[in-house]
Amino acid sequence: MAKPSVQPGAVIDGFTIGECIHHGGMATLWSVTIPGITVPLLMKIPRMSEGEDPAAIVSFEMEQMILPRLSGPHVPGCFGTGDFARQAYVVMERIPGKTLYSRLGELPLAYEEASAIAGKIALALADLHRQNVIHHDIKPSSIMFRPGAEAVLIDFGLSHHNHLPDLLQEEFRLPYGTAPYMAPERLLGVRDDPRSDLFSLGVLLYFFTTGERPFGESETLRGMRRRLWRDPYPPRKLRPDYPPWLQEIALRCLEIEPVWRHPTASQLAFELAHPDQVKLTARSERLKRDPLSTVLRRRFNRELTHPKARSDLAAQLASGPIVAVALDLVEGSDALNEALRVTSERILATLPSARLACLNVLKLGRITIDRTLDEEGKNKHIDRLVTLRHWAQPLSLDENRLTVHVLEAVDPAAAILEFAAANHVDHIVIGARQNSLARTLLGSVSAKVAGEAPCTVTVVRPPRLASLQQESADEKPDEVRA
Amino acid sequence: MRLAVYTDIHANRQAFSACLDFARAHGAERTICLGDYVGYGADPEWTVEVVMDLVERGAIAVRGNHDSAIGTTTVSMNAEAQAAIEWTRGRLSAAQRRFLAELPLMVQEDDRLYVHSEANNPQRWHYVQTTLDAARSIMATEAEITFCGHIHQPTLYSMSAAAKLTSFVPRSGVGVQLLPGRRWLAVLGSVGQPRDGDPAASFAMFDTDTREITYCRVPYDVETAAERIRKNGLPFWLADRLLVGR
Repeated sequence: MAKPSVQPGAVIDGFTIGECIHHGGMATLWSVTIPGITVPLLMKIPRMSEGEDPAAIVSFEMEQMILPRLSGPHVPGCFGTGDFARQAYVVMERIPGKTLYSRLGELPLAYEEASAIAGKIALALADLHRQNVIHHDIKPSSIMFRPGAEAVLIDFGLSHHNHLPDLLQEEFRLPYGTAPYMAPERLLGVRDDPRSDLFSLGVLLYFFTTGERPFGESETLRGMRRRLWRDPYPPRKLRPDYPPWLQEIALRCLEIEPVWRHPTASQLAFELAHPDQVKLTARSERLKRDPLSTVLRRRFNRELTHPKARSDLAAQLASGPIVAVALDLVEGSDALNEALRVTSERILATLPSARLACLNVLKLGRITIDRTLDEEGKNKHIDRLVTLRHWAQPLSLDENRLTVHVLEAVDPAAAILEFAAANHVDHIVIGARQNSLARTLLGSVSAKVAGEAPCTVTVVRPPRLASLQQESADEKPDEVRA
Repeated sequence: MRLAVYTDIHANRQAFSACLDFARAHGAERTICLGDYVGYGADPEWTVEVVMDLVERGAIAVRGNHDSAIGTTTVSMNAEAQAAIEWTRGRLSAAQRRFLAELPLMVQEDDRLYVHSEANNPQRWHYVQTTLDAARSIMATEAEITFCGHIHQPTLYSMSAAAKLTSFVPRSGVGVQLLPGRRWLAVLGSVGQPRDGDPAASFAMFDTDTREITYCRVPYDVETAAERIRKNGLPFWLADRLLVGR
């Protein structure tokens, strides 16, 4: 079948070809226009003349299947696809600006900037993973930013969609991807673990903060396989002023076993957004690589060097939610706080990777400018943090699963909602205000949170007393009659 | 055009009715039946009557090993299947038995092939269990897409231009475009006796314009279907397995 020639001015399925923007190894990119769409558009056409790498075709097929199913600010919008029967192409939104690759000359970046960039990428990954897709090629040249600052992931040619056939599965003897960024499990053929993307992001974070790639640039399989047993130099060895919290995060991302990394991209984003709440372990202080004995043990541990059973992406994400419990330390009764703890405990018991954020709102007056010190000169903010930790103590949560936050706000419900949105909280647990006078005067915080939250909300009440139950039982016949 | 493709109905009236209703509600315009209308279940007369009626109105139907076994004793089967076949033989009319015996083994339509077991050696009733089995079937036909059943476990295989195979267990309700340029073998799950751990009836819809296949799962009245098997003196295990989908 004759293929329409691609050149400026040609028209393919209504799209008018403009200038050639990029001529890459796998594909060419053209700017295109079509009446009725004002967004700048890009047409990606795979290179497929004789002798081309078959990977170019397969990865194009993957992109063609996956891109139209994605949505949201963290991916380019898809406006059309054409298949190999006529002219293969994908038309997508053209994101203005350059990829993160353009920053390579400036490395290492300041810690704050690099961790902010990593945080944005983690949020984008969380959104992608929620759409059942693992990117598998996270590296500077796959990342762009919208004018609103959200990270945009591009190039889905190596991606895996949990609900679609994985055409790259058995196609190639070598794992396909970008060697310096590839997670160790990928070398064993594992393509269904979203934490592979967290590893790649860890490589990027390490590289952007130290100027060195943690596993070098070796492209050979042998060179790449070393990362199955050899850990990288701790960043603090390269930059003595490296913040311990950042080293904690970077090295956790680079853990060889996916299960030792952050459970989800959302949880990684949460840590990057709250450096003061990062639980520091031995990782954060390390100055040397693991001793040879450890390395050798890994080298000959078949469990580490052999692939594991398939896992379900959605189930894995669901097992590691961010749960926020909102506590009223002033008006909330002990019974209510106890009920909140029991409910939180039940939720956490079924979700071993869940993270609990304990929230308290320090109410500011609407007019007066509050002083952070109370009459006795004690710092209210710190007081509240201590009380929150005390409340959480009986849960005996591992420190890296627990954070405490005091939000200063005029409107408690709005503050809780804002925290939930900003931190991608999956589940809010909140108590219902018992004091009916206060509820009448102030309105119900829990009702507003339950009504407007972007996620699941559980409203908790303390167990009812016998006398109250009796009263409501007496009321029942009336209700029936009514 | 939207096709509804059914296989391994196995005389399960409750399951087949539920699938037909589901397909109608989702805009199915044409019916394809991939064989094994009888065996195991307690309603063979009704099932064959419905299939005959569908064929009269333009549906395509091919023959499965259980349908073949009604007319001949040469098809080898396990004891329970054999008991069900003998019971079924006595229930069907001569016209129904003739209808089953005369069904073709394979039918090709446009770029699609319909067959009960696989395309390489359809009269041998091999199961497609591995990518190698799938490759043999795909290489044996010129059709771009082959639909088959027989193994009662849904799997979607594809072969690239470089003859590399991939396999995939489809998720129900998620449409997958069968990309042109590759060749596909869509192994369907069973309507009347699912064996992949989900008791819900399994079939697929295929849109010939978008080339999108959607594997569907339809819950049905399993208890009644199982009860009818027991009441008719068929082996109890055939009833029990419906409840667990194994």
